[in-house]
Amino acid sequence: MTDNGKAERKMYSEKVMDHFNNPRNMGEIENPSGVGTVGNAKCGDIMRIYLDVDEAGIIRDVKFKTFGCGAAVATSSMATELVKGKTVEEALQVTNKAVMEALDGLPPVKVHCSLLAEEAIHAALWDYANRQGIVIEGLKEPVADITA
Amino acid sequence: MTDKRIYLDNAATTRVAEEVLQEMLPCFRESYANPSAIYGFAGEAKKAVGIARERAASLIGAKPNEIYFTAGGSESDNWAVRAVAEGLGGKGRHIITSKIEHHAVLHTCQYLEKQGYEVTYLDTDEEGKVSPEALEKAIRPDTILISVMAANNEIGTIEPIARIGGIAHERGVLFHTDAVQAYGHIPLHVEEMHIDLLSASGHKLYGPKGVGILYCRENLRLAPLLHGGAQERGRRAGTLNVPGIVGFGKAAALAGETMQERGAREMALRDYLIDRVLAEIPYARLNGPRQDRLPGSAHFCFRFIEGESLLILLDQKGICGSSGSACTSGALDPSHVLLAIGLPHEIAHGSLRLTLSAENTREEIDRTVETLKEIVGRLRDMSPLYEDFVSGIELHFGTDERRKNDRQRKGREKNVQRKSDGSF
Repeated sequence: MTDNGKAERKMYSEKVMDHFNNPRNMGEIENPSGVGTVGNAKCGDIMRIYLDVDEAGIIRDVKFKTFGCGAAVATSSMATELVKGKTVEEALQVTNKAVMEALDGLPPVKVHCSLLAEEAIHAALWDYANRQGIVIEGLKEPVADITA
Repeated sequence: MTDKRIYLDNAATTRVAEEVLQEMLPCFRESYANPSAIYGFAGEAKKAVGIARERAASLIGAKPNEIYFTAGGSESDNWAVRAVAEGLGGKGRHIITSKIEHHAVLHTCQYLEKQGYEVTYLDTDEEGKVSPEALEKAIRPDTILISVMAANNEIGTIEPIARIGGIAHERGVLFHTDAVQAYGHIPLHVEEMHIDLLSASGHKLYGPKGVGILYCRENLRLAPLLHGGAQERGRRAGTLNVPGIVGFGKAAALAGETMQERGAREMALRDYLIDRVLAEIPYARLNGPRQDRLPGSAHFCFRFIEGESLLILLDQKGICGSSGSACTSGALDPSHVLLAIGLPHEIAHGSLRLTLSAENTREEIDRTVETLKEIVGRLRDMSPLYEDFVSGIELHFGTDERRKNDRQRKGREKNVQRKSDGSF
């Protein structure tokens, strides 16, 4: 292990590094129930979430793709873990704070990544709701551009 | 866990040369006297500083009394720009610099703008070169200083400073050059290049950290940086950093002796690295010119991926590189240099700087290229930008109902044209 590596690991928690190195649920879903893409090329993070929701409204599968830094990848990965197996209503309650806590925190400058992850989930849920012609209570139309 | 470390961040700092260290060591416990003291024991330290000053001067065709030792390149840049501004503020308040300078120059200029100075920030071409013609047009009757770097620290572009200096002198304007990356790596001559002030740093040329020089032409009255002592001809008070200064001098002497051979070796390795990356990694771009670049400097953008992720994964394979990426510095904007050469944000975010030393080997470059291929591929598999690129769609944000023809897209993915010349 190099010295630089140690410094980098200090910047990110072990959990962030684990999710960056071994991202959970990375990929695409064919014929998804909903897809959402959020981000901002200017600050260098773009996240896309795919949902596979069953008839009972339970998230059967979820995948992500992310262009961004280590924290962006880790927050996407963690967000997919937190919503998998949940109902869409429960998934809506997964906040950026929950994502951050599950990752044992983020450096202050990376907090916006967790906001982006929350927003990506919301965007995918919004797409799902539109396709189904339903309204998920409490879900607002996603903001395309997040700069925290 | 990893193989031996591959250090490719020599523009950030270099490893102190063994000969440099050996010459520094006696300054700590043997000739440790304060060179300003009167007794004979101080003579050794004083003599050592004198030799270092001669060596530092001789590398750029200057006189020893034109060299001021500082704590490094940033200090020298700050000092040069501020001293000229303050010294000539009565004559004029206009400064010309470029958009791709190091922040040590740019932020000093911004500070001076708050003090009522006007600064023109020159554009560069797409290779990062400042145009001497544009510079000449920017000169006004109240222009007091032109500051253009000798070579860029990020993308390695060598600037036409001899022409810039010539124009400055024809028009009676002082010329400062930030030579932190160039000093000891490419030939510089203060007379031939019409340089009035020049900044350099020890640790970029196998010398120690915490020591640099400001060259200032002898007929100029340089305003003092630090008050409180007669050191450095009353311009920079404070006990001399004798080990650092001695190390700087030795590094400068070695750099002069080895420049040609070392430069040729680095250049050959650098070109090998650039050729392989551009040929073997699709959608890779070389930033800066192919020819007029620092011997050890290579700088790439890889489309569809982000620099910090790339750096962390490289680090895990024992490879030390750097990036102008936003996330690395903690700011949200990508490198000002990459934006100045006209790269869009999302491409500028995917940057990687690899800077070689004479110690690097061809085997290390081979391992680096193989590792890069793997990592870039892995990050692209994860990238929604790449996914959209291969499916031939423009990226839209927000909700997304575009992927109805997944099969068709997968088909296209196989047919993606890979450009071998590295352009996109």
